[in-house]
Amino acid sequence: MTPSYSGFLGRLDWDALPITGLIQNPNANEIVANAAAAIVLVGVVVVVSLLSWFRLWTPLWRDWLTSVDHKKIGIMYVVFAIVMLARGVLEGVVMRAQQAAGPGDGFLEAEHFAELFSTHGTIMIFFVAVPFVFGIANFVVPLMIGARDVAFPRLNQISLGLTVSSGMMLMVSLVVGRFSTGGWTAYPPYTGAAFNPGVGPDYWIWAIVVSGVGTTLTGINFAVTIYKMRAPGMTFMRLPMYCWTIICSSILIVFAMPPLGVAALLLAADRYLDFHFFTNDLGGNMMNYANLFWLFGHPEVYLLVLPAYGIYSEVFATFSAKRLYGYNSLVIATMSIAVLSFTVWLHHFFTMGQSALINAVFGIATMLIAIPTGVKVYDWMATLWRGRIRFSVPMLYGLAFLMLFVIGGLSGVILANPTVDYQVHNTLFLVAHFHNVLLPGVLFGLLAAYNYWFPKAFGFRLNEVWGRVSVALWTIGFLLTFMPLYFVGLMGMPRRSFSYDDPSFHPFMMVAIVGALVITCALFSVLIQLWVSIRDREKTRVPVGDPWDGRTLEWSIPSPPPPYNFAIIPTVTDRDDFAAAKDKGAAYPTPDAYEDIELPRNTGIGFVLCVLSGIWMFALVWWIWWLAALMTVLMILAVIVWTFDDSTELTIPAEEVRKDHEAWLARVHGEKAVDRDFETSPENRGLARPDLEAVT
Amino acid sequence: MKRAPTHSYPGINLGERHASAHKATEVVTFGFWVFLMSDLVYFGLMFAIYITMIDAQAGGPGPHELFDLKSIFAQTLILLTSSLTVGLAMLALKYNLPRARIVLWFGVTLLLGISFLVLEVRDFMAMAEQGGIPQRSGFLSAFFGLVPLHGLHVAAGCLWLIVLGIQLRMKGMTDVIISRVVRLALFWHFLDLIWIGIITIVYFGGLTYG
Ligand code: HEM
Ligand SMILES: [Cu+2]
Repeated sequence: MTPSYSGFLGRLDWDALPITGLIQNPNANEIVANAAAAIVLVGVVVVVSLLSWFRLWTPLWRDWLTSVDHKKIGIMYVVFAIVMLARGVLEGVVMRAQQAAGPGDGFLEAEHFAELFSTHGTIMIFFVAVPFVFGIANFVVPLMIGARDVAFPRLNQISLGLTVSSGMMLMVSLVVGRFSTGGWTAYPPYTGAAFNPGVGPDYWIWAIVVSGVGTTLTGINFAVTIYKMRAPGMTFMRLPMYCWTIICSSILIVFAMPPLGVAALLLAADRYLDFHFFTNDLGGNMMNYANLFWLFGHPEVYLLVLPAYGIYSEVFATFSAKRLYGYNSLVIATMSIAVLSFTVWLHHFFTMGQSALINAVFGIATMLIAIPTGVKVYDWMATLWRGRIRFSVPMLYGLAFLMLFVIGGLSGVILANPTVDYQVHNTLFLVAHFHNVLLPGVLFGLLAAYNYWFPKAFGFRLNEVWGRVSVALWTIGFLLTFMPLYFVGLMGMPRRSFSYDDPSFHPFMMVAIVGALVITCALFSVLIQLWVSIRDREKTRVPVGDPWDGRTLEWSIPSPPPPYNFAIIPTVTDRDDFAAAKDKGAAYPTPDAYEDIELPRNTGIGFVLCVLSGIWMFALVWWIWWLAALMTVLMILAVIVWTFDDSTELTIPAEEVRKDHEAWLARVHGEKAVDRDFETSPENRGLARPDLEAVT
Repeated sequence: MKRAPTHSYPGINLGERHASAHKATEVVTFGFWVFLMSDLVYFGLMFAIYITMIDAQAGGPGPHELFDLKSIFAQTLILLTSSLTVGLAMLALKYNLPRARIVLWFGVTLLLGISFLVLEVRDFMAMAEQGGIPQRSGFLSAFFGLVPLHGLHVAAGCLWLIVLGIQLRMKGMTDVIISRVVRLALFWHFLDLIWIGIITIVYFGGLTYG
């Protein structure tokens, strides 16, 4: 496909629309492509009509799109991640269906299958996992450290805008043109202009570059937030474990995103300006790309999984009603993993020609990560040991994680052995391994966090029954989908293949498609849970704010929290400060005096940059140079104009704070404390009767 | 927040100011340092790429044909002097000298920055005349990936100087403006640091190993 070129619309023409392909050549492959495009368009129409029907445009703009409140930004991130998750899962199912169709060609074309695994991988990593992780962090971290907001609230909004606009590019690529076929790693020279002249790799490049800028800014923001914004008395050794993992993950971002940016931009220079960084001819060297990409790629998986570890640490402590066991060793383990993750990137290309000695060194470095990870697993088990355990939904996710993640970790140690890797690299064994750590590790952790902090965010609990159903479905679905892949992988079935001819793979593929359908049900169960919970919200309200007998500061304030989080910034004296306060009977103190609170005022800059950068990416992908230049200028101007705005603070008078806070305190004192055994009953209004036997 | 004004932030301390402004400046400046660290990684990787590609000349022109050390020497002098003038602006800030003094040093820095860019572009054009264009070889791609990236940073710094100069005139020395001046100075020194890397690795390294 070599598109025509016109000055005004670049290489954009009618052939870019999937419907053209359907008309010219109606077959199953085109029908799938058009259905996907139709879903996007219908989705847009439905959302726009609903917003108009319920007259929600003004509140949407005023309360959400221009908000700089970290809690709202966090919620928007999570909504975005869940929408993208739905698309990612569906793509996974289509791929599994293609292989379940049996030996032979199935119903998709090779090219279409390649687009599917490329978008699937890109979406899952960059537009599900990252925004979900930092959505939760956005909501939770300032509350946990006793701060009023993140260090740079407006920058936070810009990060969200850039992430969303790049995610939208993947949606646009379904409708206009096609996405890359180069996998989420986009190795040149395959993605270079000589082999791949279409728009696909360009969609990938710009989505990665722009979302990468957004993520880097987020990393800077959270590193500084945790470093500088902690409440008085909260020393580093009193920092909740989750915040430790977020600060490590932020540091990983600060150092690991540049390699990705360099890799993507140099690839762009090759494609757009005919440079020779990674081409086959004139001195280009694709191994530089492999090194750059994985110098990012490996730390990336840890920047996703460390926060999940942090979530599990909080969940295990709370639902065992015990202090986290081995806090110091957990901190050291987290830091060691963060550092080690930068020393192992080469295990992603053991077979690409470096010496055996180098492979051995990187193999051993990789295996070393199992040590701190093992420390963590034992610490979690010791936290559960003799705790008063409640099998609530987040805890169930945690237990599923503990068992399944160990399998995934062990298969990773196996892969770290170069001799083994020579046999199974690029087979479905690898696919089984990374899904084994990404689903029970990252995704289950995020779902646990969603269930755990939901009542804090919205003031009511999620439905328990549907929560349990979804834990079961995710776990069973995961096992059925990915365990068979270990076996076919060992039998030699290559990854990323749209067809195969060995009939002995087929039974495994049949099991895997059943699993993928169970996962689809799991996804639906999450949505049903949300719907049922909203419907029944009157019965599950927790206005007092502490439904789980929580241990850290975020549980000491109302649910949902006021815009300023804390009426009075707390002074911290203990690691589990709120648990200690409850123990001493000193929770919910009445302050002596209130002060005016300054909050950042709403701004539209994030939204403006979201729109401008979206158009900019589209223009670059389609070579509409005048538009790209115009957008560049407008983006720079927008930022400059924005820096002239002085009226950035908003003051909430002390009197108003006092009124709100006193009303809430009155409610706290009027409420009856509920024993942990009745945690899931409507009696639980968010005032926990602490589990005193098990405080220590 | 009632806390003793003992905050200090990495960079120049501005003497007596009230605590909340100090605190705000401290957070923002620290954040900017973290950003610079990230940017440093970016440059570090471009240096690494350049080193791996020094020999990838594919029969095209190499460092010996293309590099003009006299011009590089002039650029170095200009850039180092501009770091001095930014430093003088910071001193004017610290000792509460009249605003015009800061604007003056800003102006001189801007002129130096622009002359640096002019010389750099002239070098690139001379290289192009000898066939030294980025499309020619991996080595030249790496060169043009790194050196103009620094130039782009200098250009961004110049734009920043202009905008901040205007804001300084319009609004005077508010806390926000002072904090921006502090960051601009950091940024400018950072550019100098990268330039030192460029002369040692790109130019001297290129001439030695290329
Ligand atoms: C939820 C159900 C999921 C299903 C059914 C699924 C299925 C698949 C399939 C069939 C492939 C292609 C395998 C191949 O190359 O032969 C794949 C690749 C991949 N998946 Fe998933 N997946 C799921 C969830 C996830 C999640 C949660 C993540 C990450 C957070 C993820 C990340 C990836 C990545 C990075 C690739 C590699 C893409 C590439 O080859 O470039 N997947 N998945
Ligand atoms: Cu790795």
